[in-house]
Amino acid sequence: MTTPVVAGSATDQYVSAFDGLAGDAAPGWVQSARRAAFERFAALGFPTTKNEDWHFTSVSAIADQEFVLLSSRSGDVERGELAPFTFGATDWHTMVFVNGRFEPELSDLDQLPAGVRLRDLASAWNELPELAEKVGRLTSYENAAFTALNTAFMHDGAVLEIARETEVAKPIHLLYVVDANAAKGMMHPRNLIVVGRHAKATVIESYVSTTDAMYLTNAVTEVNVGEGATLRHYKMQREGLRAFHVGTIEATQAKDSHYVSFSLATGGSLVRTNVYTTLAGEGGGATLNGLYMLGGEQHCDHQTQIVHAQPNCFSRELYKGVLDGRSHGVFNGKVYVHPIAQKTDGKQTNNTLLLSDTAQIDTKPQLEIFADDVKCTHGATVGQIDQMALFYLKSRGIASALARRLLTYAFAADVLETIEIDEVREDLERMSLERFV
Amino acid sequence: MPLLEIKGLRANVGDKEILKGLDLTVDAGEVHAVMGPNGSGKSTLAQVLAGNPAYEVTGGSVTYQGSDLLEMEPEARAQAGVFLAFQYPVEIPGVSNAYFLRAAYNEIRKARGEEEVDPLEFADLMEEKLDFVSMDSSMLTRSVNTGFSGGEKKRNEILQMAVLQPTLGILDETDSGLDIDALRIVADGVNRLKRPDKATIVVTHYQRLLNYIVPDYVHVLAHGRILKSGGKDLALQLEEKGYDWVTDGTAGAAA
Repeated sequence: MTTPVVAGSATDQYVSAFDGLAGDAAPGWVQSARRAAFERFAALGFPTTKNEDWHFTSVSAIADQEFVLLSSRSGDVERGELAPFTFGATDWHTMVFVNGRFEPELSDLDQLPAGVRLRDLASAWNELPELAEKVGRLTSYENAAFTALNTAFMHDGAVLEIARETEVAKPIHLLYVVDANAAKGMMHPRNLIVVGRHAKATVIESYVSTTDAMYLTNAVTEVNVGEGATLRHYKMQREGLRAFHVGTIEATQAKDSHYVSFSLATGGSLVRTNVYTTLAGEGGGATLNGLYMLGGEQHCDHQTQIVHAQPNCFSRELYKGVLDGRSHGVFNGKVYVHPIAQKTDGKQTNNTLLLSDTAQIDTKPQLEIFADDVKCTHGATVGQIDQMALFYLKSRGIASALARRLLTYAFAADVLETIEIDEVREDLERMSLERFV
Repeated sequence: MPLLEIKGLRANVGDKEILKGLDLTVDAGEVHAVMGPNGSGKSTLAQVLAGNPAYEVTGGSVTYQGSDLLEMEPEARAQAGVFLAFQYPVEIPGVSNAYFLRAAYNEIRKARGEEEVDPLEFADLMEEKLDFVSMDSSMLTRSVNTGFSGGEKKRNEILQMAVLQPTLGILDETDSGLDIDALRIVADGVNRLKRPDKATIVVTHYQRLLNYIVPDYVHVLAHGRILKSGGKDLALQLEEKGYDWVTDGTAGAAA
């Protein structure tokens, strides 16, 4: 094959990694999808801050690295090491990936109810081709270099289908763990979630590490929420402080469906999370919430996009951030309302608490409304610890450090209250109290 | 040794001097009322004693139980038994009243070298204390002062005082904005906390709270200083004659 030239400085490693992957057992359509995506990535190159979507986030630290593709199983994570990341739950359906590869030994998938199909990508494209072939259909990498890169290297991930009318009581947890063996490696997890008509499920997608090694996670999750279906989709990004993470979630929603997303980001050195959803049928609703808590030199960027393509849909968005040290948060919330999307009801809020004078937030609401009968509001605030509240707590004997932590917890409380899984909410409440000890 | 001894206290808010050499001595077992017109410096005195960093102390001394109170952080003052019932209690959305009270209670116990109490033990204690200020237990699950009515906020202050059992309680205009029933509840709360080893300073503009909390001493604060001190009868005279009688007709804002 002819190998295209990758823009940027780290050309050769991507070319040789790509050539190395060509020998795996992926079916023909995967091979050609990868090749097309690699060519697109080569043409696009890594985004620069001249790209409007990356204005506040430079990925040069990623572009300059020579990552090794982690194409075979490499981890030695033991079950006990998963405990900090499983929210104390013992009866969930948990699918564990270590350094990007599915680990059946660590997973608990025998209790999956009827109507639920959950496979790793590599077995799905052989055993469930009609489902696996949907991979790539719900996202576009035309202008998304990292999604193109993910597609070029896709070889593992979760393929999940909830059959119509199926209600899954327990959360399904996709747990991506990285250990020290992944140092200087890159992973491109690729997930597909298809929720059938009137089905209802909760999926937690976790990215965590047991190491502070430097590596790159570049994940893409495609979601299809069927007519009248509800998907609660929690993304928990809690990787080590030297990790790079780029993740895109792209959802398409049918008529009367509800997509509820929550994105937590506390880990990593350079993190970008995209949450995109398109309300493609009438009467749907999208709820996009998130919390980022950063310290030190961490950089975390959330870009959300809600496309109101049909009338009578609502969207609610609440993102909160707590920034300490010299950390840098970015929030860019896009809402597009198509000309036919009358009676759209949209509300977007981004509030940030700065705990230090050197922390920084760039917040950019972006509403583009082409219909004339809509109700859309947005608001952003940036504040510091309320000195009067701090004094009030101290005047009751509560030491300064605990008082600050309590006020940080209080700031995050309303967005955490939206989490409907008790174990997750309580774990994150505890985390919000302890993040800045 | 007096419980509290204030000598020549001077304090600023911004560039403006509010307290201009204030003297006050409080012994254990006593109730003192500090009265005065608006802008005389009453609330400044209360806030300075609690350690609000928005107020700058520029001179004088405050000795509490033999220690330099002004050198202590607000939390250390609270741990040593100083309690200010705020004129404007602060709303803290997101922190439940129960969590807040237990955190405060445990911090103070910890400072005294006592065991912390768990939520269950604390719930038992709260049951008794809630009764004391005629508050419903639903107040505990609500966020601190958030959405509370004026009366509820003041009662919440007295509830905290009842839980934390201070040695020196300072009530800053706790009576303002209260109806008679709430006033009785607040006053009753304070009276039941009266003990020979404790003292209370009641800061108020009006005499009416003193119908329910009977002070041992009444002081008139104006122009940043105590201009006159007396027994409880002084409060009645002030009610009758107004503050001009003491302040020489220049009662208004401390200029």
